[in-house]
Amino acid sequence: MYKVIKNEQISSNSFLMEVIAPIILKRFIPGQFVIVMAKEDSERIPLTIYDYDHKKGTISLIYQIVGASTEELSTIKNEIFAIVGPLGNPNEICKNPENYKDKKIVYVAGGVGIAPIYPQVKYLKERGYNIDVIYGARKANLLIIRDKIEQVVHKISYATDDGSFGTKGFVTDVLEKKINNYDICIAIGPVIMMKNVCDLTKKYKLRTIVSMNPLMVDGSGMCGACRCEVEGKPKFACIHGPEFDGHKVNFELALKRMNIYKEEEQEKWAQMKKKNS
Amino acid sequence: MNGNDKIKMRTQDPNKRNKNFDEVELGYSEEEATKEAERCLHCKVPKCVEGCPVNIMIPDFIAAIKEHNIKKAYDILSESTSLPAVCGRVCPQEKQCEAKCIRGIKGDSIAIGSLERYVADEAIKNNFTSSVMSKANGKKVAIIGSGPSGLSCAGDLAKAGYKVVIYEVLHKAGGVLTYGIPEFRLPKKIVEEQINSLKKLGVEINLNVPVGNAITLDELQKENDAVFIGTGAGLPKFMGIEGEDASGVFSANEILTRINLMGGYQKDSKTPIKHAKKAYVIGGGNVAMDAVRSLKRLGIEAHIMYRRGEEELPARKMEVEHAKEEGIQFDLLKNPIKILVDDDNNVTGMEVVDMELSEPGEDGRRNVNAIKGSNHNVECDMVVMALGTGPNHEALKESNIKITDRNLIYVDGTKTSLDNVFAGGDAVTGAATVILAMEAGKKAAKEIITMLN
Repeated sequence: MYKVIKNEQISSNSFLMEVIAPIILKRFIPGQFVIVMAKEDSERIPLTIYDYDHKKGTISLIYQIVGASTEELSTIKNEIFAIVGPLGNPNEICKNPENYKDKKIVYVAGGVGIAPIYPQVKYLKERGYNIDVIYGARKANLLIIRDKIEQVVHKISYATDDGSFGTKGFVTDVLEKKINNYDICIAIGPVIMMKNVCDLTKKYKLRTIVSMNPLMVDGSGMCGACRCEVEGKPKFACIHGPEFDGHKVNFELALKRMNIYKEEEQEKWAQMKKKNS
Repeated sequence: MNGNDKIKMRTQDPNKRNKNFDEVELGYSEEEATKEAERCLHCKVPKCVEGCPVNIMIPDFIAAIKEHNIKKAYDILSESTSLPAVCGRVCPQEKQCEAKCIRGIKGDSIAIGSLERYVADEAIKNNFTSSVMSKANGKKVAIIGSGPSGLSCAGDLAKAGYKVVIYEVLHKAGGVLTYGIPEFRLPKKIVEEQINSLKKLGVEINLNVPVGNAITLDELQKENDAVFIGTGAGLPKFMGIEGEDASGVFSANEILTRINLMGGYQKDSKTPIKHAKKAYVIGGGNVAMDAVRSLKRLGIEAHIMYRRGEEELPARKMEVEHAKEEGIQFDLLKNPIKILVDDDNNVTGMEVVDMELSEPGEDGRRNVNAIKGSNHNVECDMVVMALGTGPNHEALKESNIKITDRNLIYVDGTKTSLDNVFAGGDAVTGAATVILAMEAGKKAAKEIITMLN
């Protein structure tokens, strides 16, 4: 059991959970993720680490309710059954910041994709780097943790589909205007958003790293559920990723593989709702 | 009865058991165990002991059964094995101890595995603890992985007075015993009991710790008197054929993990198993049998597809027989060359070729080749790859431990290239059996004890 300090709703569909987990924190470098189990019989769900506090020995996670398991997670009060990490590889810039000293870096976040991006920007700011962020969502009230990200960025631009905040349009519209300013781009968000960013940056030959978030079970390389096609070869997001060169990822396949258990998951969710009502 | 026939263990009716996950074999009664024990000839030079990878004093524990002294039988087992309830069930005895049994020349060998299981199950029922314990010596050993090699190493070290801490990445201990081998062959309660008996010896298990990420091998090496690496062979192999990324193509590891570790076979399980009508499991080993028999129990029409023939099936004979009794269909001498999919990337079938075996070459091995023009399609909506697994060296990240050209951990005996670091099991040999991993764990414990004394 792991102690939960906080588990609260931060937007219409997002939750923030803070857990005491010093063992995860000790060697964590942004880009890595954890797997959590709400209760002993729960599913294992991969989540990216959003924030960390070395003094308190805590990590924070942001998640959205997308099915029975995340809904169950949102009901947890004092402790969760399991949290394992850090898993996967660190972001390559955070791992070796000195290699990027003279590079202009831009982060592009789509929706809750801001959650894994925030710790990277924070980590790099702590090491003296100036990072620009482009942050988009469907509408203004889905732009979460704005106050937090604004404290660590050099410049930030917003985009919303309906124009309720920042530029009306997509993150790609904002990125295209200043694309020549940058040497490397890190894009994290829904698969379709990462695909669109990569389609654009390919045109401008801007190297782009994406973070894949496929289905996973163990998260340690054992099951192969998380396989993605990168440069025509199968790669396991859990141990080979989760970050890959976005220009080499087969996003169409990734989109289809997200739906493998769609029917079964909806059944489980319906079962759970029936049981709770 | 002339004593040439063994007492067969009772099993659940095939047509009932292929719909549930309860254990297939029901175990011996006291009467059956005694009768079987009485068949033992107590050879002066017991060949069976030589055949046992961990050299259990087989005639002695069988003699104790005859005397109805089950505690004594258990103590004899405990001298050589930390997991008798597991070994009694999943060891390939027919190739080991039982293969050497003199009784086997004229009739059936003594059912050593069944007797071992009987003693171990009685020990669990009666809460026996092993009485072979040494005083704590203040020395610390870290073990990476809680599978068969790690557990067996831990047991021997704990009994010898060492403080043992096991690091496990999953939320349950047991490695392949927990995530891989299904309930109907090895009930998880039995595995838990065996692990509990190690905990009673003072073994500590740290779950949810990914060594290599949360803590490194180098750190463990510095903080302990010795380290044992038993990380197994966990990385599933795929064929590399077209369509393998389809929704509906899984590794056997994924299917088994969802079913066993996550309890996916239970109706109210929170971890889903993909619905399917007809599945092909590709491969012919024990893992393939476990996967296909599990799928059958979920109500799926389940087939084995294997590129060689019946004779060449690498699975234990008993598993193949059990599978057949349960209605598993064997499509032999066939090999998929392409997975067929619909627009949504769901599996609709496979393109398959017939295979033929060549005459044995000089090494006695028969090659297998596709028959030209034999391509045909089969329908199915699930394909499970049970092609074996490779080593997973995640735990070794940031360490400069020597790896062989076969991508296995290099060892001399069980000693790796690093000081005070030992390794054994599948991470050293490539995918093998539970008992060979246990043997390696035992051997490492012995070498660690020698080194630290």
